[in-house]
Amino acid sequence: MDNAEKVLMKGTDAIAEAAVQAGCLCYFGYPITPQNEIPEYMSRRMEEVGGVFLQGESEIASINMVLGAVASGARAMTSSSSPGISLKQEGLSFLAAMELPAVIVNINRGGPGLGNIAPSQGDYYQATRGGGHGDYRMPVYAPGTVQELYDLTMKSFDVADMYRSPVMILGDGMMGQIMEPIVMHKREEIELPPKDYILDGASGRPSRIVKSLVLDVRAMEEHNWKLKRKYDLMKRDLPLFEEYMIDDAKLIVVAYGTAARIAKGAVNRVRDNGLKVGLFRPITVWPFPDEALANLAKQAKLFLVFEMSTGQMIDDVRLATHDKVDCEFYGRPGGVVPAPQEISRIIERHWLQREL
Amino acid sequence: MKKVFTRPKSLKPTPFHYCPGCGHSIIHRLVAELIDEMDMSGKIICIPPAGCAVLAYNYFDIDTCESAHGRGCAIATGFKRALPDRIVFTYQGDGDMAAIGTAETIHAANRGEVITSIFVNNAVYGMTGGQMAPTTMLGQKTSTSPYGRRSKIEGYPLKITDLIAQLEGAAYVVRTSVATPAKVMATKKALKRAFEIQIEGLGYTLVEVLSPCPTNWKMSPKEAFIYLEEIMEKEYPLGVFKDITKKKES
Repeated sequence: MDNAEKVLMKGTDAIAEAAVQAGCLCYFGYPITPQNEIPEYMSRRMEEVGGVFLQGESEIASINMVLGAVASGARAMTSSSSPGISLKQEGLSFLAAMELPAVIVNINRGGPGLGNIAPSQGDYYQATRGGGHGDYRMPVYAPGTVQELYDLTMKSFDVADMYRSPVMILGDGMMGQIMEPIVMHKREEIELPPKDYILDGASGRPSRIVKSLVLDVRAMEEHNWKLKRKYDLMKRDLPLFEEYMIDDAKLIVVAYGTAARIAKGAVNRVRDNGLKVGLFRPITVWPFPDEALANLAKQAKLFLVFEMSTGQMIDDVRLATHDKVDCEFYGRPGGVVPAPQEISRIIERHWLQREL
Repeated sequence: MKKVFTRPKSLKPTPFHYCPGCGHSIIHRLVAELIDEMDMSGKIICIPPAGCAVLAYNYFDIDTCESAHGRGCAIATGFKRALPDRIVFTYQGDGDMAAIGTAETIHAANRGEVITSIFVNNAVYGMTGGQMAPTTMLGQKTSTSPYGRRSKIEGYPLKITDLIAQLEGAAYVVRTSVATPAKVMATKKALKRAFEIQIEGLGYTLVEVLSPCPTNWKMSPKEAFIYLEEIMEKEYPLGVFKDITKKKES
């Protein structure tokens, strides 16, 4: 990897190129800041690879175009930012119900409402709790580097096909806009289940139906339990996380995405002063890496959750650790991106107050 | 003995759930007959709506993908863009086409998506129990316009077919009715032309079919067919609104 040629790439472009390399041949989206570089990139690139780029008349139309394309057997994606993702929730619910694979990118901006176009983590609940109506979940990746944006976007298409589920990439305005050197690699072929559900005209086979309407309550219940079994498999197999300076840590900062980058800087600063502080970074925010965090509850005296919101992931941290260890929160909502220094001061304050 | 009438191959042997006198059964049959006659089976995909005809997938023996309410033309766009050599059609009601799905409908038509929309207009929301539709006529009583539709409060009947005929992407736009056997045959002819124009790749095709809803109109089937012809066809005149193949010829 070290010898591999690195290219300087913007977060949004890395997402788009990874999708192309993953074999995504259909992109449908509607402009919204701060993710416009994804449709712009795709509008050029899809032409080159013989794919489909179409700017829909709305986010609602775009996700339904994705639905049609994936039901026909193609790999397809859409991208948007918070207010646009709200509009896509209907489509997400239908994709989950119909068990169709699709990749949805949310470059999270400040909210609620129009909010602003600055980086935010205010969409955590919406992303991890289903977002749309009905009893469903979907895998959500929260990359922390441009390399991860590339790697995890590519992986998302396989995960979507593996589980026949929508998969979300949850970035934020900063992840989308930063540039970092990355190694671009080809997709590794993996064994995926056959696409025995696609609709391409029933030539030489019985006709098929893709639907979500299940009027019979017992059949609907069975469908709900079937989905639940799938979500249990995801919970078992998909959790990803990073541990940083964790071995002897008494205080563990929990943060994801951009917040984790800032927190890492803060951990480095307080380590220089001899404080035994580490960082736990969920990479999948659904399924949440419960088990790994529960293990850390055995050694930690305090968890400090840092989010660029008023506190959403903290619920998952407390659920994972069963409140066996105290959990403090520090948040900067609204699009504010604090410097590591600010977080290091918060860490030091808690360290001293608790006489760790 | 010579067989003169049979169930089209593209219809499953499933009894329709539609109410007595409903137009959906007739229109389903016409579509299925055309799928057989035009040899479209094996390369055609249907997008049924949310509404009474959502269960079209129980009847058409072809690949079908259900749509959220109003999103048919967007889903059809996804299919057609991914599989340009397939024949893709939406089957939609008035609420689906002209209220919640207006944006999807108009923009698909305007892009000239090479799909066909079969738009069944019965001037009410059928499946939900007869509420006011965008196409409900002035004075028409429904469960949410109990005093009759009033223009000052509920606005006017929306003639989306007339609107779509203005769009450059639309290739063939027609309004028909199932009020009489002759009009049923004319509807079949229009549907055939729409599929032909789709196969030729000329643009968006729309067949609006005026259709009775005796249950929610609170009429007998016979009364409903008379109402369809005498009242509804006055508000929604039948005819070819646009046919780009005719323009070329002249």
